[in-house]
Amino acid sequence: MTTRRLSLLGAGFALLAALAAPPARAQETVLRVGMTAGDIPLTAGIPDQGFEGWRFVGYNLYDALVLWDLSRGDVAADIKPGLATSWAIDPNNNRRWIFQLRRDVRFHDGSPMTAADIVWNFERFTREGAPQFNPRQFAFARAYLGNYEGIEAVDELTVAITTKQPDSLLPYNMSFLMMVSPRRSAEVNNDADAFARNPSGTGPYRFARMVPGERLELVRNPDYWDRDRVPKHDRLVLLPMPEASTRTAALLSGQVDWIEAPAPDAIPRLRSARMQIVSNSYPHNWAYQLNFVDGPFADLRVRRAANHALNRADFVEMLGGMALPGFANLTPSTPYYGNPRRYEYDPARARALLQEAGCLPCRVTFAISTSGSGQMQPLPMNELVKAQLEAAGFQVTLQTMDWNALLQVGREGRGRHPTVNGINISRSLQDPFNGMFRFVWSAQAAPAGSNWGHYRNPEMDALVNQALATFDPAERLRILTQIHEKMSEDAVMLWVVHDLNPRAMSPRLRGFTQAQSWFQDLTPITIAPR
Amino acid sequence: MFGYVIRRLIAAIPIALGVSMICYLLVYLAPGDPVQTLLPPDADAETVDRLKRLYGLDRPLPVQYIEWLGRVVSGDFGRSIANGRPVIEEIQRSLGNTVLLATLSVLVAFSIAFVLGTIAGRKAGTWLDRVVTGVAVLGVSVPNYWLAIVLIIIFSVELMILPSSGTAGERFDPTSWEHIQYLILPVITLSMIPVGIIARTTRSAISEVMNQDFVVTLRANGLPEWRVLKHAIKNALPPVLAVMGLQFGTLMGGSILVETVFAWPGSGYLLSKAILTRDVPVLQGTILVLAMIFVVTNLAVDLIQSTLDPRIRRG
Repeated sequence: MTTRRLSLLGAGFALLAALAAPPARAQETVLRVGMTAGDIPLTAGIPDQGFEGWRFVGYNLYDALVLWDLSRGDVAADIKPGLATSWAIDPNNNRRWIFQLRRDVRFHDGSPMTAADIVWNFERFTREGAPQFNPRQFAFARAYLGNYEGIEAVDELTVAITTKQPDSLLPYNMSFLMMVSPRRSAEVNNDADAFARNPSGTGPYRFARMVPGERLELVRNPDYWDRDRVPKHDRLVLLPMPEASTRTAALLSGQVDWIEAPAPDAIPRLRSARMQIVSNSYPHNWAYQLNFVDGPFADLRVRRAANHALNRADFVEMLGGMALPGFANLTPSTPYYGNPRRYEYDPARARALLQEAGCLPCRVTFAISTSGSGQMQPLPMNELVKAQLEAAGFQVTLQTMDWNALLQVGREGRGRHPTVNGINISRSLQDPFNGMFRFVWSAQAAPAGSNWGHYRNPEMDALVNQALATFDPAERLRILTQIHEKMSEDAVMLWVVHDLNPRAMSPRLRGFTQAQSWFQDLTPITIAPR
Repeated sequence: MFGYVIRRLIAAIPIALGVSMICYLLVYLAPGDPVQTLLPPDADAETVDRLKRLYGLDRPLPVQYIEWLGRVVSGDFGRSIANGRPVIEEIQRSLGNTVLLATLSVLVAFSIAFVLGTIAGRKAGTWLDRVVTGVAVLGVSVPNYWLAIVLIIIFSVELMILPSSGTAGERFDPTSWEHIQYLILPVITLSMIPVGIIARTTRSAISEVMNQDFVVTLRANGLPEWRVLKHAIKNALPPVLAVMGLQFGTLMGGSILVETVFAWPGSGYLLSKAILTRDVPVLQGTILVLAMIFVVTNLAVDLIQSTLDPRIRRG
């Protein structure tokens, strides 16, 4: 027999053996997600890429003291215990919050989580000069630590956080601060970039592999402290795909199992391919913040006129039903929504109000962007706003700029932009501060905060201060509702729609509940075999 | 010859300086700044200022530029503001992907275009010429991102035989179908850009050469037509190569849209992300490297041209 024949025979046996052998092990179940982000969110603690970063990386690799309850779709998501099992205001000091930490939590590297680790993490966010201090983490954390004064470890499993002013909403802010492993950080000499390449947290997934700019792979953490949230699939693969059509094609061709934000006009096509389309209300606001100092919106009648001029049903239709009409600042399922004044479509009334205010035609200028996180479809939507306002007696100039430039206008406030009468930056409304206070509290007047148009009202300030100093939830809810109703009464914005955050997924996925939140829990998802 | 190459390379220095300076200025003239993308949209002005100080972005522009230049000369391109990774790593990774795409696209384009152009040039004025010219015009005019989407719809979504986006992994393995399949649609799309231009250049070069006296002489000597064509092609090649070289340079930097549609992690994609986030170090590094590639490609084309056609003297 020649060697050639021998080798052929050998190959034949090998093939037979391969066919006869049982499968080595059950197929690994993988959930592949097409994100809207242009890059992989930062893995070194608090992520970048906006709330999408928190959604897919932050809350999967890490935990915060406080987490969001994402298990239900029928109510607005609220906070729940995370690394802290409970928290309460110090009965002797209303500026001191006490957090009880969870026992037996371990970081992915095996080190136990204690009060000292939480203090270490806060110093990473805040104490310039500390070896673990990180400018980027400082930048991300800063938005949630505006009122923070200091932290101390009371005992092994208790920390106390002091605020500059009484702050009944502090636990909400704690939910954005991801806790990383000090041991792993020490192993890489506190180099945040090295840490990002081999991160260690306490979250339901562990880091597996990353190709910068292309993919991040996480695997199930079988030892996760919340037994109910140990992932029901083996691996989670996150792929940045900023182009909506790229994401849609990737889902249709079976390259990914889940995509964020398909374009509304692609939804019928996705449905016809048996893809599951899910959507739900969440705390998002597509509106215009108005200039209360310069120009016509200083007059309440003009603000109300603008709100009466919009037929919000047209916007919902334009977005293929993937939006809720925005009659007020909050989505109706928010506990403190209350009974706000309803701005129905009434162009005749709008015109009459403008007449009364002596502003007809009423010239206004809006700063808008061509794209951007949460901006939905800014150009056609702004064109429709312009058309409807003009039909009611306004004369609208749209100043179009790129997202980054619009954010700058937003940050600088009306002071530097007196000719702009309104800005169209979509905002998240996940808690009372972010959903209301920052827009109407005089202490938040830009550039110090998000009160872009310098709305000032002593009554509103008093209500905000009262809410922050009220630690009884029922009593606080009453004040919060009052604030929301007052915002509507004063027409502090021009409200248009709330996004419904559509996402599309393969028919093989089961077990996902879309929470009314910017964040979502992926852990219960199971994947049927092909 | 050697002296000529050295002189050309020295001449690249002012080009590099000019390119980087203009790029620096443009980024700072545009509203918005890199720190914005590091911060949540709601961050207050104090935080922005503090972060600018921490990143050294609060100093005067010329100081920042000179410092950057000093580091680049010593080979340090700095770190990305957006993700903290070393710029040189970002460029290496993405450039590798783009070189792969651009090289294959130019080769595909050249093969198609040269055949088309030669046929059209030989048959100048006939219906065949008009068809080829029509195809060439179509190639130049079709927006390539549109073509990309159409190809994705046909081959990924409907037929489901090719992936719609991304790559198979970090390192390209030319022997693995798993890896190759990701290249096919982007290469086809990208090659359509230069096909039109190369075909038209080939056509005019061939038809010009075919009318020259030496062709008549060759024919009079009784050479078979295919050998006549061989001589004609050799004479027509230099201008075609020059155009091809330029096209390669264009593809290296100009495939932003196509790379974005295919989520292909190349330099165009990197550039577009860097522009949106005002990531100056990445932007500067990438543009500088691309400019240098353009210079070197042009030089290489010049050298090849003079080798093929000794009448074009260099030096």
